[in-house]
Amino acid sequence: MNVSFTEQELAFRDEVRAFFRDKFPADVRAKQDQGIELEKDDYVSFQKALNEQGWAGVNWPVEYGGTGWTPVQKYIFATEMGAANAPPIVAFGLNMVGPVIYSFGNEEQKKRFLPDILESNVWWCQGYSEPGAGSDLASLKTRADFSGDHYVVNGTKTWTTLGQHADWIFLLARTTTDVARKQEGISFLLADMKTPGISVKPIITIEGWHEVNEVHFDNVVIPAENLVGEEGKGWTYGKVLLQHERTNIAGVANSKYRLQKLRKQIAASVRGATPLCEDNNFTRKVAAVEVELRALEYTELRTLAAVASGSAPGPESSILKIKGTEIQQAIDALYLEAAGYYGLPYVPEQYAVDFPDDERVGEGSETRTSLKYFNYRKASIYGGSNEIQKNIIAKHVLGL
Amino acid sequence: MDFSLNEVQQMLSDSIEKFIENDYDFETRQKYAGGDSGFSSDVWTMFAELGWTTVPFDEDDGGFGGGPVDTTIMMQLFGKALLVEPFLANIVLAGGVLKRVGDSEQKERWLQPIMAGELQAALAFVEPQARYDIENITTTAMQVADGWQLDGAKGYVLNGGNAALLIIPARTAGATADRDGVSLFAVDAATDGISIKAYPTVDGLQAAEITLQSVMVGNERLLGEAGKGFAALDASVDDATLAVSAEAVGIMQVLKDKTIEYSKSRSQFGVPISSFQALQHRMVDMLTDCEQSLSLLMWAAMVADEGGDDVKQAISSIKYHVSSAGRKLGEEAVQLHGGMGVTWELDVAHYFKRLVAIGQTFGNADWHLDRLAAN
Repeated sequence: MNVSFTEQELAFRDEVRAFFRDKFPADVRAKQDQGIELEKDDYVSFQKALNEQGWAGVNWPVEYGGTGWTPVQKYIFATEMGAANAPPIVAFGLNMVGPVIYSFGNEEQKKRFLPDILESNVWWCQGYSEPGAGSDLASLKTRADFSGDHYVVNGTKTWTTLGQHADWIFLLARTTTDVARKQEGISFLLADMKTPGISVKPIITIEGWHEVNEVHFDNVVIPAENLVGEEGKGWTYGKVLLQHERTNIAGVANSKYRLQKLRKQIAASVRGATPLCEDNNFTRKVAAVEVELRALEYTELRTLAAVASGSAPGPESSILKIKGTEIQQAIDALYLEAAGYYGLPYVPEQYAVDFPDDERVGEGSETRTSLKYFNYRKASIYGGSNEIQKNIIAKHVLGL
Repeated sequence: MDFSLNEVQQMLSDSIEKFIENDYDFETRQKYAGGDSGFSSDVWTMFAELGWTTVPFDEDDGGFGGGPVDTTIMMQLFGKALLVEPFLANIVLAGGVLKRVGDSEQKERWLQPIMAGELQAALAFVEPQARYDIENITTTAMQVADGWQLDGAKGYVLNGGNAALLIIPARTAGATADRDGVSLFAVDAATDGISIKAYPTVDGLQAAEITLQSVMVGNERLLGEAGKGFAALDASVDDATLAVSAEAVGIMQVLKDKTIEYSKSRSQFGVPISSFQALQHRMVDMLTDCEQSLSLLMWAAMVADEGGDDVKQAISSIKYHVSSAGRKLGEEAVQLHGGMGVTWELDVAHYFKRLVAIGQTFGNADWHLDRLAAN
């Protein structure tokens, strides 16, 4: 038993580390370190830097411009990215629609869409969930009626993350209603967000941010050439995509980064108070989360070792999302507790980079800890809620 | 054995319930919270007209003569309404100090207008370095020729941006964490040398950071005896701790009820999600936590009413419980509401935020557990 990397893998790790040290845009790094919400341009500039290095298509095969990395290389990359506190790669283009297009799309679609996805020239968003179809995604009601050379789409999609920036949307819509199983008759379509009849309505979330949207389709005409794969097979394609959504969902490296940062933070006195590291109640809670995180790290490594040796991962892989989000949420709660009264001021105006320091309330990111804590309650809900994850494990792992 | 309310308490409870039902729905609350002062002055005036602002004050002072049980009833209902009007800041905190150590002249000058709803007041019980230890006071008051000079800083002063009267605990003797040597001053917010940075809080209230620089006040501003102010500060903060615990219990009950209601109306996989046993058990846990919190609240209110030795134990017990079980219940309510639970539009999100905020004001779960363990 050992978890050491080979010479080549270590060299690769150094290369990735150097990239995040030297080429990760400094302004984006500064925002990340201060916990400031990123804007569209920040994500784009980070992803363009990755693309210049040839690393935008982490999961993509080489023939489509991807890295062709081994599972271990992907793991190393994700780990270094988390340790550098880099923002997540916006998944909708690079990790979702891209893989669906190169796996199931026709040559024309590959030529038309893939290069812009790799170069982050086009911002994609996801049209999956509907107001009545969340955990039960297959009960979706958005219709796409075929009419000669096009589909007419009507319906509402919701929880469309960062849809306000999107140039294109990929969506699941029902092309046949007369089906034996509700998973049948669903098709995978691509639509230009500028198409008449598409409107985007913001959904403001608990902490006051605008991250998600409702997207309405009112008699939207989508050319037949924007159908990916076969009509009625969209559910199968969509499932492939959800698997991509679940890669690196454990977020181990970033949780590690945040715990180390918390340890540093509590070692110092804030406003002349006794440093929190002298409070056993608090440090015991930090230690308990560290233990869980160490366990998760090795659970992830066990999965990785299985995949790298070509065998299927064991049941331990299915707990990654549940445990990963629980740990992320526990860390958010620790930061909030550490801030005490100073986690409570609601002062969005001071989150601007150029806000004068002497007018700020609270030290560092204190006042943002509550926003982060409330915002991240979403993590155990999205991408298949943790209850749905447990149903999947009960059914497919335990065979119940 | 009787846990029911007496006739007067029942009338008070009924009238507040009626007000909430008729005049204080969630949209109205959001409108008030979003305004400049963060509450409705019309509602506050109405509270005074109905005498609700006089409840915890002695009849001799022109009050209703109520006790902790009455305040608990009110705060629990205010929790259910997610009320933003500054009952806690004016009546429980600032009023709590004034009723305990104000002389008749001071009560006439400040407590009367507070009860009349004409004066907004705040008690600056937090210092930026103190976390939850209220005796940790570095603000100083130095005796000068014709009064006192105050210097220092206060944090998270509830209602601090609206208050015309600030009650400032300051050290006239002793070391930073001594209970002796704390004096209480009633200071006009407009006094030279006071700067106030007001802000809304994440739970829809208003607070302020306040600095005092060579603030000169007269002798008539000293409340009670110099150096002996801690007992009144401590008792008022204990009152407030019980009050926010009651508020939290009201919030927990609403979140529990709303979650059960939602689970019955939300269908997934062709059935209401309330039919899933995994979720049923979690809602039973929510109910259990609500009932346990309510029991501790009733115990604490009765102990506080009797004023025995175990008041602190009782208050720390309920506050620990609502801080720990309450936060968990709030997280569960949001989780069971799914995506809707994390939207600004839904009231559940705002109940949850207030519940979490209560959890880390007036001592968090650890702080109260420490206090319990030490005794």
